[in-house]
Amino acid sequence: MLPIIFVLPLLQLVILSNAATFEVKNIKFGYIDNDHSSTSRALIEKFNASTYFDVLTDFPSEAKASSAMLNGEIDVVLEIPRHFARDLQNEKYVNLGVTINAIDGAAAGVENVYITQIIQSYNKHIRTDLVQISDAQIQPAYIDTIPLFWYNETLNYKTFMVPGILVLLVTMITLFLSGMNIVREKEIGTLEQINVTPIKKNQFIIGKLFPFWVIGMGLLTVGLLLARLIFNVPMVGSLVLMYVYTSIYILVILGIGLFISNFTDTQQQAMFIAWFFVVIFILMSGLFTPIESMPKWAQIITEFNPIKYYVEVMRMVMLKGSGFTDILPQLIKTLAYAIIMNGLAVWSYRKAN
Amino acid sequence: MGISISNISKSYKNVKALQDISFEVKPNELFGLIGPDGAGKTTLFRILTTLLFPDHGTATVAGFDVVGDYKEIRKNVGYMPGRFSLYQDLTVEENLNFFATIFGTTIDENYDLIKDIYVQIEPFKDRRAGKLSGGMKQKLALSCALIHKPKVLFLDEPTTGVDPVSRKEFWEMLKRLQQKGITILVSTPYMDEAALCDRVALIQDGRILQIDTPKAIVKHYPKPIYNVRSDNMYQLITNLKDYEFNHSVYPFGEFVHYTDSRTDFNPTELQHYLESKNLKNIEIHETDATIEDTFMELAK
Repeated sequence: MLPIIFVLPLLQLVILSNAATFEVKNIKFGYIDNDHSSTSRALIEKFNASTYFDVLTDFPSEAKASSAMLNGEIDVVLEIPRHFARDLQNEKYVNLGVTINAIDGAAAGVENVYITQIIQSYNKHIRTDLVQISDAQIQPAYIDTIPLFWYNETLNYKTFMVPGILVLLVTMITLFLSGMNIVREKEIGTLEQINVTPIKKNQFIIGKLFPFWVIGMGLLTVGLLLARLIFNVPMVGSLVLMYVYTSIYILVILGIGLFISNFTDTQQQAMFIAWFFVVIFILMSGLFTPIESMPKWAQIITEFNPIKYYVEVMRMVMLKGSGFTDILPQLIKTLAYAIIMNGLAVWSYRKAN
Repeated sequence: MGISISNISKSYKNVKALQDISFEVKPNELFGLIGPDGAGKTTLFRILTTLLFPDHGTATVAGFDVVGDYKEIRKNVGYMPGRFSLYQDLTVEENLNFFATIFGTTIDENYDLIKDIYVQIEPFKDRRAGKLSGGMKQKLALSCALIHKPKVLFLDEPTTGVDPVSRKEFWEMLKRLQQKGITILVSTPYMDEAALCDRVALIQDGRILQIDTPKAIVKHYPKPIYNVRSDNMYQLITNLKDYEFNHSVYPFGEFVHYTDSRTDFNPTELQHYLESKNLKNIEIHETDATIEDTFMELAK
């Protein structure tokens, strides 16, 4: 059992961290060029030059492009209107048609950003080419933004995914193990024998917690080593702080697991309830979708999500080097959570009924 | 230091598991609770071992109330559930050590009590409990139940699923434990084991049918019993059941136990009846009632 507990999650860490990326690459790009001018070709060339787009086809008509998108052959269609070059020169204002396949909403959003960026940069160049000097004098100066991505300069998704996935693995393993545990003893009957002994409720629960707590900390250690050695994730902050926080965090999860275990009669029931909470916790943790973009009620629910705090703390400490006082709010909430959940676990464990 | 039970009732939803049960187990007695599956034996055990609260009534074990003084009871009783419930992935020795530690004692401290039993499984002390045979599992479970030197020992169907030789050994062990001053309440569905108890209570459908010594219970049997045998057992039973004066007909080993509803019953009359039904080699002779006969009669 012990090798399974360690090997499978770490495999998941390696696979998921490499696979779960928010970058959208190899976008299949098609265009309808109604203008056929050097100006329009220059725009297409911009897309061709981008590493994100695979410029595939020049469609003769909009209908052809639509059917190609329906068949899934292309993701993005750019339609350049007739007299594109001429209108740009005369009126200095043209509309471009962009159609994006939004079956995957997240990818469509990212594609939209890429396209806008390319067109904007093209726009900037074309203006300097077209605008006459006299006009240029009354033009306002450009406001140019050059973003700096702090704490993850290259926007390397692995840098923020690896700590997050590590959090998930530590959580899932400890929750499932503890959730199955007492209920398993109920199933095989050993709990009945334990219940007629003078063992105290809190002794029993501590006895149940401790092995899983050790396993959780072990998982964290191996996971951090992998993060450092395989993914080269920066570890700016204090390792001690990470361990201190994790040691409290695991108690929360184990408390939840034991609480579930006390209320169920079979491992199947426990499995389903544990699974229910894990899915909600993960999807509302801010790991895959930002909490800020959730509706208000969902944001309130995330306040009760321990994974949210753990993801925050891991990212803050690992990437930003946050200190003790920075994570104090999360630490206090987690500690309160741990005390409540384990109190409930002790309280709900009945030796007689 | 015995057990006293008064007016205990317990229901599970619609099922009345125990109905107004009252009896006493004297200190240092080997008391048998005899009844078929589903009679309520395990429910009663669970109430007495503080695992279950009774709906009505009170009970004391070794002088402690099962509800109010549950902590004292847990220190002073040994319980061996019907289902093997030690840790299967711990070895024999680890299990024993574990339970000794929970009770705040050591194996050495009470070794004399379990010595007779433990020496039989000691050769396998490094084997995992799950890999033991049925009889050895029972011995280990009994050792674990005794490790803290309990005043009262509860054994819930300890011999169910155990071979006849191990069963006999097990009862000999119980007798020896009784000599060491332990009160023992044991339940069993086997009527032959009842004869080995000091006193027995016959229980069915949550009610006590009768409580007495095995000998007295047998004496209570109201009618003479006849062993009947012939060459064709099946036809014999059918014919006896069709016989207008029959009171009870039960197959019992190689014989059929027969009682007649008349007081002036003459076996030769029955012989003639059976011969008229073409049965051969008919034997009819009177026999002593057993606990099983009594139980069947009471449970009627």
